[in-house]
Formats: sequence, structure tokens, C-alpha cells
Amino acid sequence: MAKTVIPFGPQHPVLPEPIHLSLTVEDEIVTEAIPALGYVHRGLEKLCDIRDIHHMIQIVERVCGICSKIHAMCYCQGIEEMMGVEVPDRAQYLRVIWSELHRVHSHLLWLGLFADAFGFESLFYQFWRIRERVMDINEATTGNRVIVSVNVIGGVRRDLTPDQIRWILSELDIVERETRELESTILDDYTVRKRTVGKGMLTRDQALALGAVGPTLRGSGVKEDARQLGYAAFKDLDFEPIVEQDGDSYARNRVRFRETLQSINLVRQALRKLPEGEIATKVKGFPEGEHTSRVEQPRGELFYYFKADGTKHLDRLRIRTPTFANIPPLAAMLPGIELADVPVVVLSIDPCISCTER
Amino acid sequence: MAAFLETTEITQDTLKEEIHRLIDAGYRLETMTCVDLDENNVDLLYHFTKDLQLVHLRMKQPKAENAPSISDVVFAAFLVENEIQDQFGLCFEGLVLNFSNFLYLEEEVATTPFCKYGITRKES
Repeated sequence: MAKTVIPFGPQHPVLPEPIHLSLTVEDEIVTEAIPALGYVHRGLEKLCDIRDIHHMIQIVERVCGICSKIHAMCYCQGIEEMMGVEVPDRAQYLRVIWSELHRVHSHLLWLGLFADAFGFESLFYQFWRIRERVMDINEATTGNRVIVSVNVIGGVRRDLTPDQIRWILSELDIVERETRELESTILDDYTVRKRTVGKGMLTRDQALALGAVGPTLRGSGVKEDARQLGYAAFKDLDFEPIVEQDGDSYARNRVRFRETLQSINLVRQALRKLPEGEIATKVKGFPEGEHTSRVEQPRGELFYYFKADGTKHLDRLRIRTPTFANIPPLAAMLPGIELADVPVVVLSIDPCISCTER
Repeated sequence: MAAFLETTEITQDTLKEEIHRLIDAGYRLETMTCVDLDENNVDLLYHFTKDLQLVHLRMKQPKAENAPSISDVVFAAFLVENEIQDQFGLCFEGLVLNFSNFLYLEEEVATTPFCKYGITRKES
């Protein structure tokens, strides 16, 4: 059978991410997939040479808009641990609240895009309509819808009033009810199953060997989630990672759907347990030494490495984002599938290429 | 107060042996970090994880010499090794998928953007 090499991306109607894949195809079946990057590299890590440790918060928030709050939390947490800063309990809870709201809107965004990838336009609109309520909460409580910029080294810069807490709880009830109304469609519909079950297989052993993270890892039966580390206020909340066993696009879809509801529950728990007190500690001086910091983003585990020499600039900042870790697993998922399934399988890892390239 | 990262010092000779030991013990590659030290050397840090616990290996690498690639043992390393090639001008020997310094960079770029102590990029 003759081999054909088909270029997929960097622009594709259902994939708003600038990644190029060279797909070798035999008889409509993909036999090899070689990724190519480099369309949106911004050198954000390098900016630590000219921006001080406090300005770098705004830089890391721009690694990824959708996960901006969680990037900032990972960064601040690492610097705080290096400097021995004690973050007030209320700030730790507020960090959880905003980061889980980010996970809800990220997963709802992805569920919509995923539906769009297999041509289910009305489902796409439904998920994005629900997501708007979470964006409204972000806007009302932080001043911004996407890049909320609430973290500072030592805590957070905004607080929630009792009225806002009551309003968020009532909005979350609506978000949960409306999301559950779509459950049977996104999980049981014939079209969804036809396009996702058994597509883009990643076994448990492959997921571990290739370094998969997040829903891509948990969809292959591995019970691992960085929130188990108990950072911020997660140590005080009832939390168990969501795991599915089948390792296909459908399993990754199920993980994200269930995690959306789980995150709503985590926000409720954090709001109900929210302790009184300060929201930030004053920080003096600069970090020194080497350290790492990890948190769980919607797409998976985020890793920061810091090297500092006691000046206002970091010596080295290394950011390993979840999509960076999930590209080798993606290269393993694609061989063996039909060409028509490539967009759906690529989307099943929730790719964020501007994160990957930074 | 200075933070301290507990690392195991390794050399080019013991790198593969250490990687195999960690893989056999159930660890998987979290990522690698390259740190510019001075005009001649970088640190290569290998971060491995198992059940959310991290271990770190540290290898001092002369910029003028090729570094051994671990992508033949840990395929997931190919992307980060290509990234380090682009950003620091290092060359990895035995890379299973080698973008030859052009993962991110264009051909006309002759510098190593992440090096404080710049070196001219060489063919890998």
C-alpha cells in the first residue's frame, strides 16, 4: 500500500491550536505522527532576567489564559516556600476557590470544543452557555473574566463578601443542574460514542512510560492527581481523583465531565469552610536557592523549577506545562486510527500549544 | 533562608545506569531542566516522579561536548531535549527524534536565546 504524508495543522477548523502534525497515512489509517512546534513561542521563562519576582506573576499568568490563576498559584507557592512565607488560611481557601472555578470553566470550554470536533454544534453552544456563569463569577469577584490576577506572593489580593459567597453558591447550583442535564448527551449519545469509544487508545503502561498527566493519565486508569499533595487548602477538603479505565477518547471525556462536577463540589466545600482572617502576609526580601512547585491544572500536573540567588530576579525559571507532557502520549495514540478521527483524538488531550511553547 | 533541592550527582558515564535504576523502580520522567552555569558549563537536571514523589538527578555538562540523550530509554525526553538544544545550543547524541535545533527556532537564528553566556549554535 502506498504511503501518503498529510500535513495536519498548524491551522485546522476544529483545532484552534497552532500545532503541526505530519501524518503518514496508508489506506486512510495513520501509521506515524510527527509533531512540529514553534509557531507561538514567546520565551516567557527568559523574562525572569528582566522582570522581578513580583512582576513575574503577571508573566506566568500569560503562559495560559485558561489556567492563568493556577499558574500564578504554582509560581507564588514555590516562591513562598523558598522564602519561608506563611500564607494565611483564608488566602489558601480563596486560592482553591478561584482555581477550581478555573477548572470548571476550562472543562466546560473543552467539553464544548470536543462536541464541536465531532460536529455536535448545539452541544458546543450549550456547554459554552453554561460556562458564561462561571466567567461572570470571575468577573464579579476579581474584575476579570479570564486572567483574574488575584495571587500575590504571600496570599491573594481580593476577598469575598458574604453576599458574593451566597451568590456564587446559587450560581453553582444552576451550573451543576444545567451541566447534569447534558450528561446523557455527552456520555451516552450514539454519535459521541461512535466517534470516541476505542479511539486514541493509551494503555495504563503507555501512559506511565510516556509521562502522561491529568485527565489523559487518569483516563488510562492511573489514580494520580497533584491535588493529592494537599497544597493550598486541598489538605482540608474531601477529594479523591477521578479515574476511568478504558484509555480511549471517551474515557478522557468522562474524566473531564466528572471532574467538572467534582470541582463545583470542591468550591462549595471551600466556601462553606472559608476561615476568617487576613488574606495576605507582607513579604520582605528575595528568594535564594533551588526549589520545585507542582499543582494540578485542568489539563494535568504543572511543574515549576526555580533557581534564585537572593536578588530581585530569578536566576532560572523552568515551566513544564501539562500539554508538553502529553505530546509524546499523543504521538502514541494516533498510529492505528482513521484519518477522520485525528481531530477528535488530538482534542481529547485538551491541547494548549501556547502553554507548551511558553 | 535558602531553599535546598536534594539531588543525586551523576556523570555522563553513570547517567544511563541511574535512569534504568529509576525506571525499574517505577519512576517516570517529570521533565528535564537546563541551567546556564557559566561560559563553559550547564547543569542538566532530570526530574523523576513516582506516586507524586520527586527525585532529581544533576549532571554537569560542558557546553562544548555532546550530551547523551536519554530518549532511547525514555521516549518522553525527546521533546525537552530538543527544546534544550534550541534554547541552550547543547547537542544531544542519540536523540530518537531530532529537530536539529529547529523545534522552535528558524534557520536564520544563530544565537542561543536562553544562555546568559552566549555560544554560537552548532550543528547537532
